[in-house]
Amino acid sequence: MIELWNSLPEVIRILVKIVVILAPLMGLVAYYTLAERKIIGYMQIRIGPNRVGPRGLLQPIADALKLMFKEIILPTRADKTLFVIAPLLTLAPALAAWAVFPFDEGLVLADIDAGLLYILALTSLGVYGVIIAGWASNSKYALLGALRSGAQIVAYEIAMGFALVGVLVAAGSLNLGDIVMAQAGSLFTWFWLPLLPLFLIYFISGLAETNRAPFDVAEGESEIVAGFHVEYSGMTFAVFFLGEYANMILISALSALMFLGGWLSPLPAAWVEGVFLLDSGFHWLLLKTFFFMFLFLWFRATFPRYRYDQIMRLGWKVFIPITIVWILVVGLAVVYKLPPWWSA
Amino acid sequence: MGFEKFLFYVLAATLIAAAGMVVTRRNPVHAVLFLVVAFVSSAMLWMLMEAEFLAISLVLVYVGAVLVLFLFVIMMLDVEIATLKAQFIRHLPLALVVGVIMLVEIFLVVGPGNFGGESFPNPGPQGPDYSNTRELGLLLYSTYLYPFEIAAVILLVAIVAAIRLTLRHRPDTKYLDPSKQVYVRKGPDRVQLIRVPPEPRRVPPAATAGVEDEE
Amino acid sequence: MLQTMRDYLRSLLLLELFQGLSVTGRYFFKTKFTVQYPEEKAPLSPRFRGLHALRRYENGEERCIACKLCEATCPALAITIEAEPRADGSRRTTRYDIDLFKCIFCGFCEESCPVDSIVETSCYEYCFEQRGEHIMTKDRLLAIGDQYEAEIAAARAADAPYR
Repeated sequence: MIELWNSLPEVIRILVKIVVILAPLMGLVAYYTLAERKIIGYMQIRIGPNRVGPRGLLQPIADALKLMFKEIILPTRADKTLFVIAPLLTLAPALAAWAVFPFDEGLVLADIDAGLLYILALTSLGVYGVIIAGWASNSKYALLGALRSGAQIVAYEIAMGFALVGVLVAAGSLNLGDIVMAQAGSLFTWFWLPLLPLFLIYFISGLAETNRAPFDVAEGESEIVAGFHVEYSGMTFAVFFLGEYANMILISALSALMFLGGWLSPLPAAWVEGVFLLDSGFHWLLLKTFFFMFLFLWFRATFPRYRYDQIMRLGWKVFIPITIVWILVVGLAVVYKLPPWWSA
Repeated sequence: MGFEKFLFYVLAATLIAAAGMVVTRRNPVHAVLFLVVAFVSSAMLWMLMEAEFLAISLVLVYVGAVLVLFLFVIMMLDVEIATLKAQFIRHLPLALVVGVIMLVEIFLVVGPGNFGGESFPNPGPQGPDYSNTRELGLLLYSTYLYPFEIAAVILLVAIVAAIRLTLRHRPDTKYLDPSKQVYVRKGPDRVQLIRVPPEPRRVPPAATAGVEDEE
Repeated sequence: MLQTMRDYLRSLLLLELFQGLSVTGRYFFKTKFTVQYPEEKAPLSPRFRGLHALRRYENGEERCIACKLCEATCPALAITIEAEPRADGSRRTTRYDIDLFKCIFCGFCEESCPVDSIVETSCYEYCFEQRGEHIMTKDRLLAIGDQYEAEIAAARAADAPYR
């Protein structure tokens, strides 16, 4: 079996690996939409969709089928090529970012040194899909949504970038695997504690980057109907949807990786060495990712939408100064080897 | 021809084609998008040269931030293509002169004499422990520290100047400062209940004149 | 000064946000109110105002005497009545139409009826498949009355002590 695997050309092997990563991811995206409807329903004392299949478990499949068979409407005087490309531009970076994502020690598709930068670069590309969709639709609501989203994403990207600078100062590496290993120890040596402000800012900026509530002014159903994707229907709309949820999963997974110790077990390694399920492993990463994915939905069920000028103030006047100050603090802590995180 | 060489030719061809499209496309939004393609393919070329930090920073800074702002501005412009076309031909001679001068200058600086393969030999493949990012950081913060700091200061000055130029206080707008709104407290800041005395009944002027109105 | 510091601290610690999260977090575990509609139905009051019906006396005689009080009181002008003396000399309607698109289900017709003829049943599951079906004619109203007579009488009896 292993011989057969090694005899395959490298391109085929990489393709197989990509499928192995992306197929479960797409399944997760589909069921994340169901989880969103269920969880928000529960928080509103409803039970959510429960008609399609047992307990509504086939709902995502029904949704996908419905969207597939719907007509794709091209608005008149829309830029047809860009109109169709735009949804792909939101989905592609969200999927490509998984290339450098380590699922367990050494279990990574492309173990590159500048992994953190690569992720940052790809998440910043997601805005193109939104802007192009808004412009190509030839619709005022879409254009307004695109403008809002563009300004918002550019603003929060800076805070997000600074938060990641704090992480790389703390870990001393841009490689995601090394960042996780730098947090080795126990629950309290993970970076969420020494980098607490950066952790919060990273996750909140992640909410803003993915245009999720309470930062969803780009969609703003009550003011600009659906914002940048108001003209989209059928499969093109579905791809936008996939992109948004894939981005949310990516941000959740990255938060888990960089601040909650990725695949590391919360108990000290010496206690759980070799113990089934308690030892470090992929399931811990999955659990932490699910926690952040749940937070996305919890926030959406709780917080009302920010006003646009408040979003801008929060990004520029609150988050960026705090991150800069905390980078300084982390830098000092690293230089003076503050125990227990940087004592070694 | 190895796989890398094949990739190089594909990327180089894409880069040149995209760059050509940037200057020939009439629609400015399309032009910016081709510029994105050009930047991404040149980043890929750098990646082939194992300069991964530079390649990714190029995508991050130029594609992820600068061109987004470009697109942002261009989207809001209402460009009339007909007037643009009319001026294309009129300025052709001037454009040609400027273009030729620029070409010659570029050739003088990065011509084969100064920038050819001979003067910068291929450093060869590096070991697995070699980190491009680390090397770059060491260089920047030791050998080139002074130019690096100067560049940083120039950027800072540019930021301050840009903010100063665009910052103007307009007393006539009813702008609400969100940072003040945030600190609104429960109580007198928010809602104040005032006991308003009932308005005294107005006596119609006719009544004072002594004429009875029928109610 | 102290107040400003306290404000900053409160905003940076995200206290209000955590309060909000705790509310939704609590509701997450509450018993759900959802009624699984086609299988379960919410209980109805005997005063429920659903689809209209015209009732008959026990001997089969229709109750309506074409006094047109309901037509007069209808705030949405949804009722149209025409009347003529019948062969036996009693005053009866020849036409009794209720336009369900106009009707606002206020129940005034029922209140105004001196002979308890026009009533609103507890039936709320109906639909129109053809154009024009929304006009309830006298025949259809009487048919509904015949069909639901037991329920209508029971609801009237249950509500009688409070009238």
